[in-house]
Amino acid sequence: MLFRFMLAVALPGAFALSGFALAADPLPVLVIHGQQFEPRELALLAGTKLKLVVRNRDALPAEFESYDLSREVLVPANSEVTIYVGPLEPGRYQFFNDFNRAMQGTVVAKRN
Amino acid sequence: MLATAIIMFREVLEAALIIAIVLGASRGIVGHGRWVAAGVGMGLLGASIVAILAAEISSTFSGNGQAILDAGILLSAVAMLTWHNVWMSAHGRQLAARLSAVGADVQTGRRPLAALLVITLVAVMREGSEAVLFLWAIAAGGGQNVNMVLGGVGGVAAGVLVGFLLYRGLLRIPARHFFSITSWLILLLAAGLAAQAAGFLNQAGLLPALGNTVWNTSHILSQTSLTGQFLHILVGYVARPSGIQLVFYVGTLLTILLLMRSREWRRMTRVRAEEGTPGISD
Repeated sequence: MLFRFMLAVALPGAFALSGFALAADPLPVLVIHGQQFEPRELALLAGTKLKLVVRNRDALPAEFESYDLSREVLVPANSEVTIYVGPLEPGRYQFFNDFNRAMQGTVVAKRN
Repeated sequence: MLATAIIMFREVLEAALIIAIVLGASRGIVGHGRWVAAGVGMGLLGASIVAILAAEISSTFSGNGQAILDAGILLSAVAMLTWHNVWMSAHGRQLAARLSAVGADVQTGRRPLAALLVITLVAVMREGSEAVLFLWAIAAGGGQNVNMVLGGVGGVAAGVLVGFLLYRGLLRIPARHFFSITSWLILLLAAGLAAQAAGFLNQAGLLPALGNTVWNTSHILSQTSLTGQFLHILVGYVARPSGIQLVFYVGTLLTILLLMRSREWRRMTRVRAEEGTPGISD
């Protein structure tokens, strides 16, 4: 009985804590600004599935594309999209803007 | 100008190749040209609507609206290609006979013309919406407008030309091999599109990756190269496929093959039964 009571208190508490931890841990953000990716090299954690925000601050639409990550997503002007990446093996993954191939960048997946 | 031409060429190429294969595969079906043309027209309209609503679509389904829309579009194309191929496995022989014996009247039954319209619509809509957005961006950007518009038009023309050349090439295949070759092409095309859809659903977090890089052949044949691009469109080549993409590819391939074979078996047993009846009364 006591155990069940403790569980009833502890479980929501644990969820609240993990929720807090998630909220405190910001999503990795890739910014498109002035026809450049910022940062050019984005470090991500290998081995986990994570959300990545691609934010376009330019007045032109972009298409974030990567053959290495097999991702292809349209990012309209002055807006942002969220995509899932991973779990990735440690390594380097190229990406580019399909509407302006001079814009290139790399995701670097590293173990903790 | 050249960069613009290349981007527009790549956008148009995928739709052009799909249309060429579908148009070739439906050879001999009366009225196929009209249905495909209607599909192109409706696809262009749909592409413009998708391009205008791009920002709204992106923000739906917690930012995954576009990936889900893309996956839906691709999977509906896979369904239509499947229907087309299964139908052709039952009627292809009759159509081949008609191609070689001019004037022979062949009863073709229910035709997959609606499938032709949807496949074309979907191919034009998906690739076209990106092309429209891109051209819109150029128009809004100002600067060397005229050059870039010229490049864009040149790219579109080149893409259509390659599609046309493939179509003409297909027509040169002798009638008795024609439908088996085009049905193999459609089979691989459909499997590739299904794998692409799986990629989008994984991107939206709706499907697991089942291993992100099952193998990596980007050093042997890069997907950025022209050959890699062609193979990606035609047979679904991916240099670094994920597990879920492989599952969708193989699953689609086997499903279509099985449906085609079962159609053929049913037809053959029917033919045998019809031939057998007079034998019994003898």
